[in-house]
Amino acid sequence: MVTEMKLSRRTLIRTMVGAGGGMLLGFHIPGVFAAMVEPRPWTTPTDGIEINAWLTIDVDGTVTIRVPHTEQGQGALTSVSMMIAEELDVPWSSVQAVFADMNRHVNDGEEYIATTTYGSQLVRTQHPHIMQAGASARERLKAAAAQAWGVDRVDVVARQGKLTAGDHIADYVTFATAAAEITLAAEPTIKAPEHWWLLGKPTPRLDVPVKVNGSAQYSIDTRLDDMVYAAVKCCPVPWGRLRSYDFDTIRERKGIIAAVELKAVDGNTGVSDMQNGVAVVADTWYRAKTALDLMPIEWDFGPEVAVSNDSQAEEARLLLEKTGDVSNEVGADVLGILDASDHIVTAEYHRPYETHARMEPINATVRVTDERVDVWSPAQDQALPLRVVAEHLKRNTREVYVHTTFIGGAFGGNGGGATAVTRQAAEISRHVGRPVKVIWTREEDIMQDKQRPPVHARLTAAIGGNGLPEAFFSRVVWFSHRGVERHGPATADQSIHTMPYLVPNRRHERHNAVAHIPTATHRAPGANQNGFIIEQFADEMALAGDWDPLEWRLEMTKGLEPWQRVLLKLKEVSGFTTELPKGEGMGIAIVEDHASICGACATVSVTRRGRLTVEKVVLVMNSGYVINPLNSTEQIEGSVCWELSHALYGGLDLRKGRFMNNNFDTYKLMRMNQMPDVDVHFALSQDGWWGGIGEPGGPPSPPAVANAIYFATGKRVRSTPIANHDLSWS
Amino acid sequence: MTFTLRVNGKAYEVEAEPETPLLWVLRDNIGLTGTKFGCGIAQCGVCTVHLDGRPVRACATAAASAVGHEITTIEGLSDDNSHPVQRAWIEHSVPQCGYCQSGQIMSAAALLSRTASPTDSEIDSAMAGNLCRCGTFLRIRKAIHSAAEMAKSSGS
Repeated sequence: MVTEMKLSRRTLIRTMVGAGGGMLLGFHIPGVFAAMVEPRPWTTPTDGIEINAWLTIDVDGTVTIRVPHTEQGQGALTSVSMMIAEELDVPWSSVQAVFADMNRHVNDGEEYIATTTYGSQLVRTQHPHIMQAGASARERLKAAAAQAWGVDRVDVVARQGKLTAGDHIADYVTFATAAAEITLAAEPTIKAPEHWWLLGKPTPRLDVPVKVNGSAQYSIDTRLDDMVYAAVKCCPVPWGRLRSYDFDTIRERKGIIAAVELKAVDGNTGVSDMQNGVAVVADTWYRAKTALDLMPIEWDFGPEVAVSNDSQAEEARLLLEKTGDVSNEVGADVLGILDASDHIVTAEYHRPYETHARMEPINATVRVTDERVDVWSPAQDQALPLRVVAEHLKRNTREVYVHTTFIGGAFGGNGGGATAVTRQAAEISRHVGRPVKVIWTREEDIMQDKQRPPVHARLTAAIGGNGLPEAFFSRVVWFSHRGVERHGPATADQSIHTMPYLVPNRRHERHNAVAHIPTATHRAPGANQNGFIIEQFADEMALAGDWDPLEWRLEMTKGLEPWQRVLLKLKEVSGFTTELPKGEGMGIAIVEDHASICGACATVSVTRRGRLTVEKVVLVMNSGYVINPLNSTEQIEGSVCWELSHALYGGLDLRKGRFMNNNFDTYKLMRMNQMPDVDVHFALSQDGWWGGIGEPGGPPSPPAVANAIYFATGKRVRSTPIANHDLSWS
Repeated sequence: MTFTLRVNGKAYEVEAEPETPLLWVLRDNIGLTGTKFGCGIAQCGVCTVHLDGRPVRACATAAASAVGHEITTIEGLSDDNSHPVQRAWIEHSVPQCGYCQSGQIMSAAALLSRTASPTDSEIDSAMAGNLCRCGTFLRIRKAIHSAAEMAKSSGS
């Protein structure tokens, strides 16, 4: 769609968003940089009348919506604002968004209910209470007008910022103060989708204008009076120890202030961790970083220096021979059927560690004073750094203020991943008695990230007389962080043990192996690795039984409406065929993630010498409902790039207990010239259930590409990165 | 040492080691934080600025080497989001997290200043040095074509 160009000052003000705690970002005007680059301490926005924690109405009709979630590119500022504007019924052009006050939330009864921004859940699971906040405000405005006008509330109409009843008419703001005092006998229910006037329409994101001129403030942009900078190095082998460092060798360098030792906080028991390391503090970050690079440091790497991708592969090989925990079992004796079958398909698959590498390197700024502590942190849940800093510094949470900024990507890595750096900044600020901004180098950002776990899998099926599998057995090994169970163990073989295919006899086992490498969620956890595995094996089973892969999936999901809807739409829009000349191929895949079902059809070409081009990916998404087709399409396009980056080029090189490829010269990501065309379609069940949007677009793309490679070359690619495979054919 | 840089038409006197990357002088000494830090080794492009109109990676450009040259950062592209590239970025709803977009926009603006109507492959090669983890590449490519059209129709 084409967005009307709106460049008037008034319109721009409407689309501005607050950052740095209540400060509305000024539209950029040269000469006023200073006012914009120093986020101020938090003050609750005072303009406008507060009807509830979520919104205020100003005399000029401006509705300010306080968004308790972070904006990391997923569109939270716009989605939350749309949901409230839908119910409040105000012109979309009168809406502006600011980030909500976390200090108030944490200390005053958690009015926002949820501040987390993960699991593609903002809309799908939180729309009831967010929309309810808007509906409640609307009904209380109507009640206040009804009292003043001497009419029944049901006779007051609230539409587009105006209250009317008979000859009475007033702007919302007229009754805003009175509405704030009203308690309704019964809170209203939220609108059914058929009554939406704003939701469901393609709506430009509120944060776009400030993201094209450099004025959007990220945590890394924080600048404070008297601020100093810290560069840190933690033990390259996680959980290793700092043996010694020689500050004297750099002490006299210009601008150097201090070196501060950092001691590990074990994430196994707490909400966060901090690895053993050392920070150098200076008057500029570059001086700190340069001096840190020159400072001699000795590490005790510990026994885990022996761990590598190869050692883990060996460990996995042994575990794959052993019975694991059963994650799902259906039907009769699967192993017995497999033993007796004369038509077995079996294959082993592997995905390596992947890192988040969001474009904004991990950073945090903390200012510790006797009165208060101020925190800027790119954490996906802004209540978390507030609590972490309070705990680390032993301060009352009422004295800790988190200033929410934009986040330069998060992707599941800025939960615990950003609280470690926040703890470092708190520790260093306390030590030097000044505000400190800690920035991790890209190398540190990758080496100290909490990574996506690697997985090794063996899948076996017995094909019956009709060419369809009659028994299915999977055994999966993955390596998650020792002691950290919260994103496992079910995630280990998610998408495999939850596959939709109606095989009469199934047994799924998993081994939750442990490693010293910290792990975390990574956009579409579980499905991101295992979609590649189960959806290629689905093709292997289909072809073994002489079935067309798309027809096989339709047959194997018979009666499962959400899956059938996606597959039928995919069949209609993709033109999938297995009848292409050699060197060209199409592949399909379908994966459920965060309650959404997404299908993909990839078209590839492979030269005889093995040069792969992913030409196009067609996606069909069934998320039940969609509130903003524009942003949803963007999220799905981006998810394709995200997941294909890892499948085609990624893969962390674990050797000597640490990651050797720790910058973009060696940890390769997709670039513009490698990006396929992406064509996004929706096939929505609209049947009462809601799925997520931010993550589920990723998982089906890699298996669709790999299946297409098989048809183009005859080669089955069972591990990633695909770039490491020889795809030549003759 | 102390030296003078011209940034967005203004002169700034800065005190830094001459080899300090221009990126850090812009961000920490001058306070222009629209130019971002991403990798430090000229591999991601989020720090792209113009040096006499040419795109350079500020993280790998010694600040002192920019003395005597005209530096343009994202803040200097326009006063009011009116540069064709900025308008096209808004029209195509390009940014997601937005962190890489200063660099993307500066690379795109430099491309259009030397190639008025770039082909897809000219766009791809000019933009290949700019990573985007949110995966906004397709919209960037479309927006560059739109910006080229806008620049042509406005006669600029």
